Amino acid sequence: MRAVVTVTGKDRKGIIAEVSAFLANKGVNVEDISQTILGEYFAMIMLVDVSEATADIATLAREGEEMGKKIGMSIRLQHEDIFNAMHRI
Amino acid sequence: MFNQFDVLETIDMIEKEHLDIRTITMGISLLPCIAGTAEETAQKAYDLVCRRAENLVKTAKELSGEYGIPIVNKRVSVTPVSLLCAAFPEKATRVGRALDAAAKTLGIDFLGGYSALVHKSMADYEKTFIHTIPEVLATTERLCASVNVGSTRSGINMDAVSLMGEIFKETAQKTAENDGIGCAKLVVFCNAVEDNPFMAGAFHGVGESHAAINVGISGPGVVWHVLKSIPDADMLETAETIKRTAFKITRAGQLIAREAAKRLNAEFGIVDLSLAPTPARGDSVAHILEELGISTVGGHGTTAALAMLNDAVKKGGVMASSRVGGLSGAFIPVSEDIGMIEAAEKGVLCLDKLEAMTSVCSVGLDMIAIPGDTPASTVSAIIADEAAIGMINNKTTAVRIIPAPGKEVGDSVNFGGLLGRAPVMPVHDTDSSKFIGRGGSIPAPIHSFKN
Repeated sequence: MRAVVTVTGKDRKGIIAEVSAFLANKGVNVEDISQTILGEYFAMIMLVDVSEATADIATLAREGEEMGKKIGMSIRLQHEDIFNAMHRI
Repeated sequence: MFNQFDVLETIDMIEKEHLDIRTITMGISLLPCIAGTAEETAQKAYDLVCRRAENLVKTAKELSGEYGIPIVNKRVSVTPVSLLCAAFPEKATRVGRALDAAAKTLGIDFLGGYSALVHKSMADYEKTFIHTIPEVLATTERLCASVNVGSTRSGINMDAVSLMGEIFKETAQKTAENDGIGCAKLVVFCNAVEDNPFMAGAFHGVGESHAAINVGISGPGVVWHVLKSIPDADMLETAETIKRTAFKITRAGQLIAREAAKRLNAEFGIVDLSLAPTPARGDSVAHILEELGISTVGGHGTTAALAMLNDAVKKGGVMASSRVGGLSGAFIPVSEDIGMIEAAEKGVLCLDKLEAMTSVCSVGLDMIAIPGDTPASTVSAIIADEAAIGMINNKTTAVRIIPAPGKEVGDSVNFGGLLGRAPVMPVHDTDSSKFIGRGGSIPAPIHSFKN
């Protein structure tokens, strides 16, 4: 089962490292990353595999949100199907 | 990999533009609950609703967590209660109270289906049942009632129309201490649909399965935002943009509906493509119409703008879902839409314009407060006009109107929460009592004979 992790906020050093460490710690495998900087704005989208994760998607999403608050970023984790449904025919 | 723009667009829709799943409504057939007495039927109905919908709230919470999209309301609709109580209609309130108790047990905000279908004529038991509506709405909290008084195939039952004028008045009186809130939970329909997920008019038709999941999506805020990004587009481009947006919104609804049905062991019913506003700023259908270039909703051009909006929403939505149903269109409930409230307060949006608007969009005169001393025959005449629009145009129309006790034009009523607040709107002081007093029925229109 795959999910999409979205990380947005003000750019600074070490965001990718912190988020990747968090995901690895939860047993989440990162399959693909796309990241851009728009001005000072950081936006990263990761496609991740959660089938061997330590918790279900809803729990991971909650934990991600809390982790985001700690590092001053907005982190969301959502089942990939919401994006499949809305953007693919 | 997903396109970054697409992913961020979805997140913006949810976080900044109020995209949500407005309701997951589980339709439950209560036909197996019919028993010899009202007490027994009430108990069986309570048990069945609690069993079938036991995990409704929990499942909605799980889905919301997984897909990251808010699911605002969890609701239940049931078989029209008049059918369950045909042998003891005077005791139907017992079943109504049991269903209200079930809604409380489940932790849902509304349960719909205290309903009667009398579009052709009214059997004695149905008439007795309808007379119990004011009492049951005054003594329950979450129960919603509806009555279908007409259809394109059968015409308009004017006896029922006449009776419903009185029922609205009585319901308002019985809940006078709360501005007549009972009327906010009562809808009169023409061409009622059997799979509507939206309250107060939801009921589970007899042609439906044992349990079905019907999902109502929402997204006036999303459409409003996208239109703001194309301020100079012509109408064709505008319609296309709305269509594409409606497609995306509906796909989210379809996903949630399918998944919810699977997890709740119910059939996937329909996705209702409605743009349902809330009193929150930025979640208004009126503001979409104003963004299109009408300075205040209700002004000239409103009906045309709404016709385009409604049609574009349907076109995008139909493509996005395998099963579309319910009311599907743009809702214009006055008290539940901040733009409508403001336009009504300014005196620009009046009852006559709203009536015109209902001929091109889904549903009808919705959540409108009128003076408390409006005669029952005038309320009936308003219902008759609305039913006529539905009958002739082959569409659903509804009236949810509140003759607010003790209030007059210039006052307002406040129901709080999703039901919002409404300024009391003027009605014509002409007399329609002779017209309503004629009774009988308006025959079905010529174009209903399609066989």
